[in-house]
Amino acid sequence: MNVDARIPLDRPALLDVARIREDFPILRQTIRGKKLVFLDSAASAQKPRAVIEAMREAMETQYANVHRGLHWMSERTTDAYEAARDAVAALLNARDRHEVVFTRNITDSLNLMAHSYGRGVLRPGQAVVISGMEHHSNIVPWQLLRDDRGIELRVAPITDSGELDMDAFEALLADGRVGLVSMTHMSNVLGTYTPAERIVRIAHAHGAKVLFDGAQAVVHRRVDVQALDCDFYAFTGHKLYGPTGIGVLWGRRELLDAMPPFLGGGEMISSVSYEHSTWAEVPHKFEAGTPPILEGIGLKAAIDYVQAIGYDAIAAHETSLIDHALSRLGAIEGVHILGRAQDRGGVVSFSLDRAHAHDVATLLDRQGIAVRAGHHCAEPLMHRFGLDSTARASFAIYTKHDEIDYLADSLARVREFFK
Amino acid sequence: MTDTFDDLRDLYQEVILDHGRRPRHARRLESFDATAKGDNPMCGDRIEVWVKYAPDGTIADTGFQARGCAISVASADLMAETVIGRSKADTHALFEAFREMARTGKCPHCDAALAEPLERLEPLAGVHEYPSRVKCATLAWHALVAALDGGKEASSE
Repeated sequence: MNVDARIPLDRPALLDVARIREDFPILRQTIRGKKLVFLDSAASAQKPRAVIEAMREAMETQYANVHRGLHWMSERTTDAYEAARDAVAALLNARDRHEVVFTRNITDSLNLMAHSYGRGVLRPGQAVVISGMEHHSNIVPWQLLRDDRGIELRVAPITDSGELDMDAFEALLADGRVGLVSMTHMSNVLGTYTPAERIVRIAHAHGAKVLFDGAQAVVHRRVDVQALDCDFYAFTGHKLYGPTGIGVLWGRRELLDAMPPFLGGGEMISSVSYEHSTWAEVPHKFEAGTPPILEGIGLKAAIDYVQAIGYDAIAAHETSLIDHALSRLGAIEGVHILGRAQDRGGVVSFSLDRAHAHDVATLLDRQGIAVRAGHHCAEPLMHRFGLDSTARASFAIYTKHDEIDYLADSLARVREFFK
Repeated sequence: MTDTFDDLRDLYQEVILDHGRRPRHARRLESFDATAKGDNPMCGDRIEVWVKYAPDGTIADTGFQARGCAISVASADLMAETVIGRSKADTHALFEAFREMARTGKCPHCDAALAEPLERLEPLAGVHEYPSRVKCATLAWHALVAALDGGKEASSE
């Protein structure tokens, strides 16, 4: 992080949550007669009206395919879609807008990396390092690469508190064979922020490039890829209050240039003949087929919305919510919170004595509370802590402190129920 | 506010909470003739069942080990209680009828011969109102039927 956005705890949150909630039409819904308390934003966030309207307006007033038509509609649509690339470049403080590749989601971004960097740049005998708290989408593509190309997969362990074991991480890089470190920037289960700048320094010192899975982190904190000095950064639109169907892979220009394409088709070529085809320049080299046009327009609206609120206020709100949640949930007898990282963000996973996470989720659902229950697409991490599943509450800019109070009160009742 | 959980009593009836908490048949059989594992990859529930046949081919005993929610453990326990002493054919018929009941809350195909065992499984019928939880109730049955059919693994997917 170039900016430490954490605000001292005694400062009130800067967000006007009541006003923000008015921007999210869905929050007015009731669930079986109860007010919706949506604590599952880490899985997918709700959408502000600005996003909904931007996509609707595009469909109603200026829509055509992009980069193709020599007509007014296509040109306007292309402008709107490419403006999304500028918005992402500004969001990440990228040096060059061409470093922003649009994908379908972050899983797609990571698979692009495993394919084009893993198969195109890494060589057999080299290794990829991930951490012990990755989402399946940052595990499986590297396993496929390992099995296909003999590129070793190494897992940097985490401590009991749910933080990266930095000594063990550095030791994994010591033989100089690691070509890429691919690691979460914030765990979707533990909430742990990984020390991104330190990771980059250590990796670079050992000749490895660094890719961050920023699916959770970019929602809560300002990400500056130049300040981080990382080489690749991936995130997805739908967790950042944008639409589904669009993800981002940012990479240093020279690295992207050196990578072969991922998918083949239209849009990604320069010229095609039966004997030989040549590729378009980045980012289009990696954007085969009709791109997620409306989703790009929606993502730009989401980024504009988030930027207008400002990451200082967003991060302060997140810190305040997580502190409140840890103190409220932690005070309930029989509730066990997973992970005690010093630097953590807006998700809290927990288990309850004598009640399985799925039963907890069903009972909470009856109170109008939406939480996730299960392995959170992070089975190895769950097993690391001897668990099969947990319940997880996750927070967003529209989350209120009294919703956490309501969760805590409801959990106390769930506990009674299963006594 | 306890009253707000009252409408959950259709799902979490006392008999389910009781069997979920203290299952009677949650044990590996010392000697067995068939076994199978069941797996619900979406939620991580796992079960293993063991079956011992009597000389006449009926189920002499069955036991299970499960990691899962109250619904899945209770269902496995009620299943074991219900199928002991029954033939394979009866157990298959019971599985079909129970699956129907878990999905729809009703049992239109229940023939009179199954009325008594189905009545014992009836507390689980409330699961039909929670589509994502139906698989919790049927996982043990999938594993049992796989064991009876000579299979090794079953999934409630």
